[in-house]
Amino acid sequence: MNILVCLKQTFDTEERIVVENGRVKEDGVKFIINPYDEYAVEEALRLKEEHGGEVTVVSVGPSRFEEAIRTALAMGADEAILADDPALFGDEYTVAKVLAAIIRQRPFDIILAGNQAVDDGSGQVAVRLAEELGIPHISTLTKLVVEGNQVTGYRDAEGDVEVVQATLPVLVTAQQGLNEPRYPSLIGIRKASKKPLTHVTAADLGLNPEEIRPRTKVVDTFLPKPKQAGKILQGDLQEQVRELVQSLRTVDKVIG
Amino acid sequence: MDFDWTLEQRMIRDTVREFAEAEILPHAAEWDRTSQFPKEVFDKMGRLGLLGLPIPERYGGAGADMVSYCLAVEEIGRACGGTGLSYEAHVSLACMPIYLYGTEAQKQQYLVPLASGKKLGSFALTEPQAGSDAGGTRTTARLEGDEWVIRGSKCFITNGGYAQTVVLTAVTDPERRGISAFIVPTDAPGFRVGKAYEKMGMRASNTVELILDDVRIPRDNLLGPLHAGFKQFLSTLDGGRVAIAALAVGIARSAFETALAYAKQRTQFGQTISKFQAIQHKLADMALHIDLARNAVMKAAWLHDQGRPFTLEASFAKLFASEMCTQICLQAIQILGGNGYLCDYPVERNLRDAKLIEIGEGTSEVQRLIIARHLGC
Ligand SMILES: Cc1cc2nc3c(=O)[nH]c(=O)nc-3n(C[C@H](O)[C@H](O)[C@H](O)COP(=O)(O)OP(=O)(O)OC[C@H]3O[C@@H](n4cnc5c(N)ncnc54)[C@H](O)[C@@H]3O)c2cc1C
Repeated sequence: MNILVCLKQTFDTEERIVVENGRVKEDGVKFIINPYDEYAVEEALRLKEEHGGEVTVVSVGPSRFEEAIRTALAMGADEAILADDPALFGDEYTVAKVLAAIIRQRPFDIILAGNQAVDDGSGQVAVRLAEELGIPHISTLTKLVVEGNQVTGYRDAEGDVEVVQATLPVLVTAQQGLNEPRYPSLIGIRKASKKPLTHVTAADLGLNPEEIRPRTKVVDTFLPKPKQAGKILQGDLQEQVRELVQSLRTVDKVIG
Repeated sequence: MDFDWTLEQRMIRDTVREFAEAEILPHAAEWDRTSQFPKEVFDKMGRLGLLGLPIPERYGGAGADMVSYCLAVEEIGRACGGTGLSYEAHVSLACMPIYLYGTEAQKQQYLVPLASGKKLGSFALTEPQAGSDAGGTRTTARLEGDEWVIRGSKCFITNGGYAQTVVLTAVTDPERRGISAFIVPTDAPGFRVGKAYEKMGMRASNTVELILDDVRIPRDNLLGPLHAGFKQFLSTLDGGRVAIAALAVGIARSAFETALAYAKQRTQFGQTISKFQAIQHKLADMALHIDLARNAVMKAAWLHDQGRPFTLEASFAKLFASEMCTQICLQAIQILGGNGYLCDYPVERNLRDAKLIEIGEGTSEVQRLIIARHLGC
C-alpha cells in the first residue's frame, strides 16, 4: 500500500506567542508537527503495519520543516519530500496546487492529512488537494478502517457517529481522538537521519508562478483580546433576562 | 568551536522530555511518598530505546553519543530524581562496564538484554568497609573447578532488588589486594537481596543490600582481566560521574523552574515577589549556575565522544553540578517561603534528591581529591 501523509510544521500553540509587525515572531518559538498531522502520521504507520507498504511524508514549507519531517521519519515513515523552494509558498490554494503536483508524480492508494493546522486553522489544504487530484475525501475522522479497496471513515456528528464509505484511492483527514501518536523511538531518531528526504523546486514540478499565485492576502494578524473578567447578573430572573438581552444588544452588539 | 547540539541530539532531548513530562512527572511525588520503584516506566523506557541509549545497536542499544545520553538523563532527572538515578545506574554502571570490558559472548548474553530494556542492571561496589576506599573490599571470589564462588555482602546498591544482572567487585588475590569484576545473574544460587533502605531522598530509586552467600557463577563470568577490576571500575565511574552530573542539572532545573514561575505570580506588598531585587538576584544566580553546570557536563561528555581523556572534566562536572544543585534547591525553597517547605511543591523533594549526588559515585571530598591529584598535589 502506498500511503502518503501531508505534514506541516507549526508553532506550539500551548507556548507563548508574540505577534510583531503583523507576524508571529519565530525567534525562540518552539516548532512542532501540527498535532492533527501527527494523528495522520500515526494512522499511516498503523495502516502500514496492518497492510504493508510504504509511508511517504509530503510537505510544503521552509527548511526548518525538516525537524518535523525527521520526527515523522523517526516515528517510522519511510521517506519524505519537502518543497522548500520559496517560489512554491503562498496560501492554501498554492499549497494544495504544489502538493497535487508532487503527488501526481507518484503512485498512491491513500492520502492522510490533518483536519486543520493549529496555526492558520483554515482546514482547507487537504480537501482542496483531493479536489485537485479528483479523488474522494472523508474529513475529520475519529476512526478509519481499510479492508481491501473499501474505506470506512467514522466521524463525530454532534454526539452521534456518521459512517462514510469510499473506495481507494481516497484522501482522509484526522480529527483529535483518531489515535494516540507514538513517541519516536530513540533508535528511530538515529535511523531518521539516514532516510531519504528529497527537496523539490518549482522547476522540478514544472509549475509556473501564475498558476500557483496565492488567491488570498493576509491583511492583519493579531492576538485575541485578553479575557475580561465576567459579570454576574443580579436580581430576580425577569430582571436578569432583561439585563442580558440589553447587554447583548447594546454592549456586545451580537443581536439586533 | 561549536556550542550547537545536532538535530539528532535535539530530537532525542525533545522526545525524552515529552516522555518524561507525560509518563514520569505526574507520578514523581507519589513515588517519592511511597518509595515506589516505577517498574512499568522502565518497561516503557526500554521499548523507547532509552535503556541502551549510548550502547551500539549491535548490542541492543540505540547507538547515541554521550552528549545525547546526558541530555536524556537531565530530562528524566528533571521529572523525578529517583527515576533518573535508577536510569543512570542501569546505563552507566551496569551496561557500560560490560560494553567496555566484556567479551563478545558476554555482550551477547548479558549486554543485549540490558541495553534493549528486557532486563534491569545494577552495579555493586560499595560494602560496609568499602565506601570511598574501595581497597577495603572484603567480598571474595575463589575459583572452584569451572565456577567462581563469591562470598560477602554489598550495601547501598541501586536497582539491586529489581535487577536480573549485577556487575560486582570481589577480592581475587588477597595477598596483593587484587580485585576483579564479575557479571552475576541474580537468580544464581546463593544470591539474596536484603530489605530496601528507608532513604531521605531518591525514594523512587530502589536501594538494597546484597548478600552473597557462596554465589556460584560460571568461570566465564569474570569481567575484564583478573585482579585488575580496580582500574576498570574507576573508569566506569568516570563515565557515571558525567551522567550523574547531568542528573544534578535536571533536578536543579526542576527547582529553578518551579521557583521562577512561583516568583512571577506570588504577590506581596502590592507586586510580584519577582520584582524584589533580593529574589531577582537569587533567580539570576540560579539560572547562571545551571547553565555553567550544563556546560561542564557537555564538555566532559563531548571529550568522551571524541575519545579523549575526560577524568578531570568528569570530576569538575560532578562536583560543580552536585553542589550547585543542592544550593539551588535550598534557594528555591526560600523563594517559595512556607510553600517551599511543604510537600505540595516539588522543591523540598528536589532538595532531598539533590543531596545524594554530593555523596554517590564519589563524594565531593573524593572529587576534590581527584582534581588535586591532577594538579600534581
Ligand atoms: C542512594 C544511594 C545509592 C547508591 N548506589 C550505589 C550503587 O548502585 N552501587 C554502589 O556500589 N554504591 C552505591 N552507593 C554507595 C555510595 O557510592 C557510597 O555511599 C559513597 O561512595 C560513599 O561511601 P560511604 O557511604 O562509605 O562513605 P565514607 O567513604 O565512609 O565517607 C564518609 C565521609 O568521609 C569522607 N572521606 C572518606 N574518605 C576520605 C578521604 N580520603 N579524604 C577526605 N574525606 C574522605 C567522605 O567524603 C564522606 O564525607 C549508593 C549510596 C546511596 C546513598
